[in-house]
Amino acid sequence: MSLLKLEGLTASYGSSQALFGVDLEIAEGEVVALMGRNGMGKTTTVKAICRMIQSGGHLSLEGRDLHPLPSHRVARLGVGLVPEGRRCFAGLTVHENLIAAARPGDWTQARVTALFPRLGERLSQRAASLSGGEQQMLAIGRALMTNPRLLILDEATEGLAPIVRQEIWAAIAALKRDTQISILLIDKSVREIAGVSDRAVIVERGRTVWAGAMADLTPDLSERYVGV
Amino acid sequence: MIPERLVNLAILAGLAGVALWALAVDTPFTITLATRAAILALAAVGLNIALGIGGLVSLGHAVFFGLGGYAMGILAYHAQTYTTLDLGPLSVTGSKSMPLIWLVAVVASALAALLIGLLSLRTSGVYFIMITLAFGQMFYYFAISWGTYGGEDGLSIYVRNGFPGLNTLDPIQFFGLCFALLCLALLVYARLRAAPFGLALNAARQVPARVETVGLSPLRLKLVAFVISGAITGLAGALFADLNRFVSPTMFSWQLSGELIVLIVIGGVGRLMGPVIGACLFVLLEHWLGALTAFWHIWLGVILLGIVLFARGGIVGLLTGKAGPHV
Repeated sequence: MSLLKLEGLTASYGSSQALFGVDLEIAEGEVVALMGRNGMGKTTTVKAICRMIQSGGHLSLEGRDLHPLPSHRVARLGVGLVPEGRRCFAGLTVHENLIAAARPGDWTQARVTALFPRLGERLSQRAASLSGGEQQMLAIGRALMTNPRLLILDEATEGLAPIVRQEIWAAIAALKRDTQISILLIDKSVREIAGVSDRAVIVERGRTVWAGAMADLTPDLSERYVGV
Repeated sequence: MIPERLVNLAILAGLAGVALWALAVDTPFTITLATRAAILALAAVGLNIALGIGGLVSLGHAVFFGLGGYAMGILAYHAQTYTTLDLGPLSVTGSKSMPLIWLVAVVASALAALLIGLLSLRTSGVYFIMITLAFGQMFYYFAISWGTYGGEDGLSIYVRNGFPGLNTLDPIQFFGLCFALLCLALLVYARLRAAPFGLALNAARQVPARVETVGLSPLRLKLVAFVISGAITGLAGALFADLNRFVSPTMFSWQLSGELIVLIVIGGVGRLMGPVIGACLFVLLEHWLGALTAFWHIWLGVILLGIVLFARGGIVGLLTGKAGPHV
């Protein structure tokens, strides 16, 4: 059975409809890339999964309908979100960011700092004073500390220096290799995404237009729907 | 600049030192002033959980202070008049035991905070302030019209309530009791602030939406903080009533809620010792300037203005050189 299943998902911002039918499935331990041009509904899909906006259609986690649940209950069921634009708790230190919402499980502060050694060196530093890359690592670490079953990374490497991007892609690869966490990836770096993803789902104008194994995503398709 | 831990110790030692000095030179009134400062500080420590960590500007904390006061007043009144308190099918006798009175005060305040919080925390900003103010006024006017317990004139209690092993009529012993409770509340505050709950509450104050994405409900966090905050302020109300051996509707007044906020702002919002230094300064000004002029609040206003304009971290921030309350 799929861990996460979206079927004909619709969503609106007030009177403006943004999603018209997104289909997506993620199995346990699978890494799925959600691709598409800017403004096609990728982040809106993520917001709908996390119940941050009202949506319709089928949306379930392990068969459980997520629609009646508020955002924090979805997170407690095991959906960890690393939102676009990092968004750490700026006033708290790295250590405090990590423990503020931690839940029991395999992921501890020691394991997070083993994945991102830079964070281990800055435990008592305020999040606001970290570099963009470190804040991104902290955002991923904070999500991991909730011991999620599904980790959603929305533009995790956007606007970062190449060396930091490499570190983050290496961490994502390590998560895929060493854990059973399912990952939903949104990123513009098609080459890197292809390196870690099992499958891809492409959305255009709020609809799923292609879904398949990453190996089947031809340059033609990529050019047509993603623009790269 | 002075390390915050040192400032904190100095403030606590200063308050205890004043009471001990007054004992040595036999000026019991000064001990009573120190006790008043300790109790107001306790009430403000309670409010500081909601205001300092949770960012909840409550103009209704006098409700909990008043409930604590009336819990003491009602129980002691029935004990001193040998009458029973009829609660529908239940008939309860009064009590002169402080621990029992404190328990009733804390439970009543916590329940009131739960109900008020459930309604008011669905709003924010100015609406939250107005709803808490409205609740305060409701309780205030109810107390005024509650003739059984003195109405507008209030209720006098002839003898201070008792605590096992202590002579609470002795000012220094009653001060010691209040001071110990203040220290306990400060410990609770410090532990709460550094615990994941306090950190999440702090984060919920900054960005509620982000807290939701990590599985925490900002509403629940704020509600728990509001209840703990109300319970501590209620305990302070019971002590305040015992100090004066008198309760009146003014304990529910919005001015008192405002004064508690002023104490915290002067001392330092979210600082461990902010409420304590604020309460000490407030009592000092009230005593010294109050003897000179009935308009002493003007000078308090000037100090508040100076703090808000030039020392955003309050007196503690000024002494430590750190504007933020972060540990």
